[in-house]
Amino acid sequence: MAEAAESPGDRGTASPRPLFAGLSDISISQDIPIEGEITIPMRSRNREFDSSTLNESVRNTIMRDLKAVGKKFMHVLYPRKSNTLLRDWDLWGPLILCVTLALMLQRGSVDSEKDGGPQFAEVFVILWFGAVTITLNSKLLGGNISFFQSLCVLGYCILPLTVAMLICRLVLLAEPGPVNFTVRLFVVIVMFAWSIAASTAFLADSQPPNRKALAVYPVFLFYFVISWMILTFTPQ
Amino acid sequence: MATPAAPAGGARSGAGPEWGGFEENIQGGGSAVIDMENMDDTSGSSFEDMGELHQRLREEEVDADAAAAEEEDGEFLGMKGFKGQLSRQVADQMWQAGKRQASRAFSLYANIDILRPYFDVEPAQVRSRLLESMIPIKMVNFPQKIAGELYGPLMLVFTLVAILLHGMKTSDTIIREGTLMGTAIGTCFGYWLGVSSFIYFLAYLCNAQITMLQMLALLGYGLFGHCIVLFITYNIHLHALFYLFWLLVGGLSTLRMVAVLVSRTVGPTQRLLLCGTLAALHMLFLLYLHFAYHKVVEGILDTLEGPNIPPMQRVPRDVPGVLPAARLPATMLNATAKALVVSLQSH
Repeated sequence: MAEAAESPGDRGTASPRPLFAGLSDISISQDIPIEGEITIPMRSRNREFDSSTLNESVRNTIMRDLKAVGKKFMHVLYPRKSNTLLRDWDLWGPLILCVTLALMLQRGSVDSEKDGGPQFAEVFVILWFGAVTITLNSKLLGGNISFFQSLCVLGYCILPLTVAMLICRLVLLAEPGPVNFTVRLFVVIVMFAWSIAASTAFLADSQPPNRKALAVYPVFLFYFVISWMILTFTPQ
Repeated sequence: MATPAAPAGGARSGAGPEWGGFEENIQGGGSAVIDMENMDDTSGSSFEDMGELHQRLREEEVDADAAAAEEEDGEFLGMKGFKGQLSRQVADQMWQAGKRQASRAFSLYANIDILRPYFDVEPAQVRSRLLESMIPIKMVNFPQKIAGELYGPLMLVFTLVAILLHGMKTSDTIIREGTLMGTAIGTCFGYWLGVSSFIYFLAYLCNAQITMLQMLALLGYGLFGHCIVLFITYNIHLHALFYLFWLLVGGLSTLRMVAVLVSRTVGPTQRLLLCGTLAALHMLFLLYLHFAYHKVVEGILDTLEGPNIPPMQRVPRDVPGVLPAARLPATMLNATAKALVVSLQSH
């Protein structure tokens, strides 16, 4: 490939004018700016590459990424009108949340005989499949949001539900009973509402104003299914 | 002779065959100059020349390989040349396949625009269509309008999936192979797509005026009744209530679809066939969904009575068609039968 890229230059020096005299007369005028256009992007990319990540230590890189993820978590917990979550999206946060939730929803024993509970793979697939479906739906409704931005927002907005799952597991350590269930129900409902509110705060602006309800409905359904899984979870 | 062969192969599998050709010409000398001149003169047909050039180069390569083979052990290195060619061919094929797949994925994403018209709805429209799906219109002489829209049906199917998941959870349904989610999605989408295509096929046979899109929309909105009935009866375990809803809500949404189909079909036999099939399938599907994934109070009583009963899988724990009122005599009959058996055994 490198040779192929260099070959135009080689050809220019090696072959004398008569070869391309005709071509240049026909298609390209003798103005210089075209050359300038071509060289500038390469140089700028190189500079950026040098200055940003190559020279710093691995620890710095990881800390920077973790800080970015943490900042986005804060945005979800305290949703404001901000575009940080949309502008520089990443899928690390969603991955972490998804894996955490799926691990917590996994039952203690692998008893295939009597196992109606969600398995790791099931939770994982539901989360990603649901997010992709919602994203496609919002694209079809005419939203001006990119595919991964939407995935990022939906993934990060699982955070309240993951917290709810954590609380539920703690509550389940206490003895079971109606009080126990009521506490869990309350926590899950609050966190469910939180998730919906956070995701709509980020996603609603990308939709045409008259269609917000249509785009929000599948989001509601998605988080409802997840909350339902969390509420009905019982460790063996 | 080995050096010119390598870039030519790379260029052929890689980006631009023209550049590979040029390079070849510069390095190779001789005949290449003639080709370049050719290209300069006939700028229009230069690609054909390039193709010819490639052909020749390939032949040269083969010759080179053959020559190399002759220098050393004949049989062995003939194999080697063949292997080189083969690997190049495989790489070429892999590249082609990868490119095709990538372009297909890209075109799929670009094709979203094709689907967009079917999702062009307002919330108010969806609301009114949902309501209309429960209101049969008695207008037979003139074909009734069906909105060709997929947002509502798709969302209703997903809602049904969620409700089914809910019902499976509360009924502790046990599925041995497969997941709850997969089963729910499979059931709902399978019903929607399968029955739509089946009825579309029947409609084609019966000469009804309906398109596949309209059929999908019609059946999709027909699922609204199912969603309501199932959502209520999964939470309130009353048999009488379910049968009431089944007849009333399920019946209304079925009637609506039947009315639309009747208005679009000509001839009594065709109408009967088409509408009978659709009505039967639609109503039975609701029955199936209810009884397959429903937790019933009687089920708990059964398990309390006999703890040794093996767990059933996806089997209704009650008998469909037996109303609570009718159940009482049945249990009494059972009790008398048991007593009879006991007395017979004791004798």
